[in-house]
Amino acid sequence: MSHETNTRNNGWRVCSSAFVALLAIVAILSPGCSRPANRPVVVGAKKFTESVILAEMGARLAREGGVESRRDDLGGTPALWLALTQGDIDVYPEYTGTITRQMLKADPPDLSEALAARGIRIGKPLGFRNNYALGMRKDTAANKGITKISDLRGHPELRLGFIHEFLDRPDGWPGVKRHYDLPQANVQGMNHTLAYRALVEKAIDLTEVYTTDGEIAQYDLLVLADDRNFFPAYEAVWLYRADLGDRHPKVVEQLRRLEGRISEPDMQRMNATVQEEKRDEGLVAGEFLGRVLNVGDGGQSSDGSLAGRLLTTTVEHLWLVVPSLLAALLVAVPLGILAARHPAIGRIVLAVTGVIQTIPSLALLLFMIPVMMWLVGKGTGAPPAVAALFLYSLLPIVRNTYAGLTGIPAPLKESAEALGLPAWAILWRVELPLAARTILAGARTAAVINVGTATLGGFIGAGGYGRPILRGIDKFDIPLMLEGAIPAALLALAVEGLFELAERAISRRG
Amino acid sequence: MFALNDVTKIYAGQPALGPVSLTFPVGRTTVLIGPSGCGKSTLLRLLVGLVKPDDGAVIFDGTPVSPSNARAVRLRTGYVIQDGGLFPHLTARGNVTLMARHLGWDHGRINARLAELAELTRFPLDGLDRFPQQLSGGQRQRVGLMRALMLNPDALLLDEPLGALDPLVRADLQTELRDVFRAVGKTVVLVTHDLGEAAYFADLVVLLRDGRILQQGSASDLWHRPADPFVTRFVQAQRGPEVRDNEP
Ligand SMILES: Nc1ncnc2c1ncn2[C@@H]1O[C@H](COP(=O)(O)OP(=O)(O)OP(=O)(O)O)[C@@H](O)[C@H]1O
Ligand SMILES: [Mg+2]
Repeated sequence: MSHETNTRNNGWRVCSSAFVALLAIVAILSPGCSRPANRPVVVGAKKFTESVILAEMGARLAREGGVESRRDDLGGTPALWLALTQGDIDVYPEYTGTITRQMLKADPPDLSEALAARGIRIGKPLGFRNNYALGMRKDTAANKGITKISDLRGHPELRLGFIHEFLDRPDGWPGVKRHYDLPQANVQGMNHTLAYRALVEKAIDLTEVYTTDGEIAQYDLLVLADDRNFFPAYEAVWLYRADLGDRHPKVVEQLRRLEGRISEPDMQRMNATVQEEKRDEGLVAGEFLGRVLNVGDGGQSSDGSLAGRLLTTTVEHLWLVVPSLLAALLVAVPLGILAARHPAIGRIVLAVTGVIQTIPSLALLLFMIPVMMWLVGKGTGAPPAVAALFLYSLLPIVRNTYAGLTGIPAPLKESAEALGLPAWAILWRVELPLAARTILAGARTAAVINVGTATLGGFIGAGGYGRPILRGIDKFDIPLMLEGAIPAALLALAVEGLFELAERAISRRG
Repeated sequence: MFALNDVTKIYAGQPALGPVSLTFPVGRTTVLIGPSGCGKSTLLRLLVGLVKPDDGAVIFDGTPVSPSNARAVRLRTGYVIQDGGLFPHLTARGNVTLMARHLGWDHGRINARLAELAELTRFPLDGLDRFPQQLSGGQRQRVGLMRALMLNPDALLLDEPLGALDPLVRADLQTELRDVFRAVGKTVVLVTHDLGEAAYFADLVVLLRDGRILQQGSASDLWHRPADPFVTRFVQAQRGPEVRDNEP
């Protein structure tokens, strides 16, 4: 037993140093991993319409300030906060309630001072509030006689659906539940847009809403009164890095022009325009800026034509898939060879790659943000996605290389040895060619998984087909979803076809 | 050429071979014969250092075989393993010339040697570009033989080279093999189960049982002057052609 543990400990040590080395290789292979001195101003956005619209405004205003600027869609609050403090993004729109309850986990008397201690500045409120609230269908609420949150205490049977973030946040469901002593146990986590659909279809009875959501008016929902004042004020503000003011004072000046300029009805209207009319967020943002601040070219879409968008997402997707797959091949084949040569190491290698495979892909992706930040100084965009895809691609290739090599009949190995070939020549001239078909099958599996998993890159601003898919889910815009899903499926088929050809070329040889 | 001095090989606590002392004279054909599992293949593996003896020493050309010189021994020894061991991913040509290509022989030299060997083993030239699974059993045996002879080795080890062939092809190949042995004048160690075949090739027949040498001598010695009742049983169990005294 102790021996067993010992081996395993040593193994882990070897593996963890190997792991860092591998990531370094990936870093070298991944595109855009270095941080150029003169990089554009990056405006972060959470994955919901309002945040995207505000970020679009931010990017446009930054351009107005005379610099290159782009929007980067990142997952939820923790990812954005990390990206902002680490410098992957320069600015993003946030809500005061979220800052105190979720980021600082404190209610300091002077918010800007508390943030300044972390190198972050906060602007003045943009004008509107987007409070959390709980919403129901009006008919359901009327049937049960519910008008305010404290009424929920008498209805433990209600089915609740919240976004995952709300389920976890102290200012979300756990807080409301404690504050109002609510009994409901049937609580599911789901996407915000899907929760609205579910509510309308009566699949759930209650969800969290943001008071500026376009859907409240669209579906004629009842917003329950917060009669015991749980939810804090969520005033929209810019959060930006202190060094942005030093690097680009004009940009900060431009961003702050928006302070106090967006009213609640303005925001609701813009959200509804995007949600209901499926208008592009950039267009809506541009129109508003043109009207209110007299900025820019009115409402030109940043996204261009369908063909142009497809070309962009395809190129981005390939930049995720190809480097990660090549790096995986370069690393996994030698690892498989090592595993086949040394059974003890082999068990560890196979176990570790197997464990990596069981990590949920999204979790691995988020885990790669700080890792890649530390390794290559860029925690969002392509590098963490490529690193995660690289790790995911390892197992099928390692396992098949191992299986291919160990499956070679002993007489063949013996006769190669009997010829007098040295070990490396046996590997190169006999064993690898004999295992080639199996190794290729592993690479094929890895490639297809890779193409599919790369769509998750959309969560951390890595681009690719995941971006239209995630935006499409968010806006419940099916054509937009398909704009990512169909090419992703076609790319997977194309990859299958390519490998089919390669396999045929190999089998023709014997 | 080869000698075994008190060699023992142990597998899983059981002696698979030995202790055995045996000399293989230069230019002669020695045939190893004996029941299945008696250690014949193990003995051949020991000769080229594919397995290490647990005790005793294997001598090649006056020097003990060790991991450091095993490759040099193999380059001077052609070895056709029991199942042929042809590489399925290479054509007949690829199999035969693999080692020469690895050693960097030029094309002209490789092709000349290949033509010579195809002629010697009567291998059809159009078969050279086929893969092993597209060849007949007899053709595969010839490819294995050509591969072993490619570098013009001093010694040739053949582990049941004519197993699993129909009697006519087998007889043909026997004749050819004997011609080849005579033509090239090499030290040959051949393993067979068949006493008739042993008699046909051998300068010296060695009968093994349970890893030990039971008797060595000419085929007719075994037939007419058995050293042990088992030799009599082994010889009589062979339903092959009767071997007369003083032959060959
Ligand atoms: N790698 C190995 N591991 C364990 N035991 C082995 C190994 N190789 C051979 N043996 C054992 O050693 C003994 C001799 O085997 P060997 O292959 O030399 O027999 P053989 O005379 O060539 O038999 P056959 O005529 O069937 O080919 C057998 O009992 C076999 O089971
Ligand atoms: Mg054998």
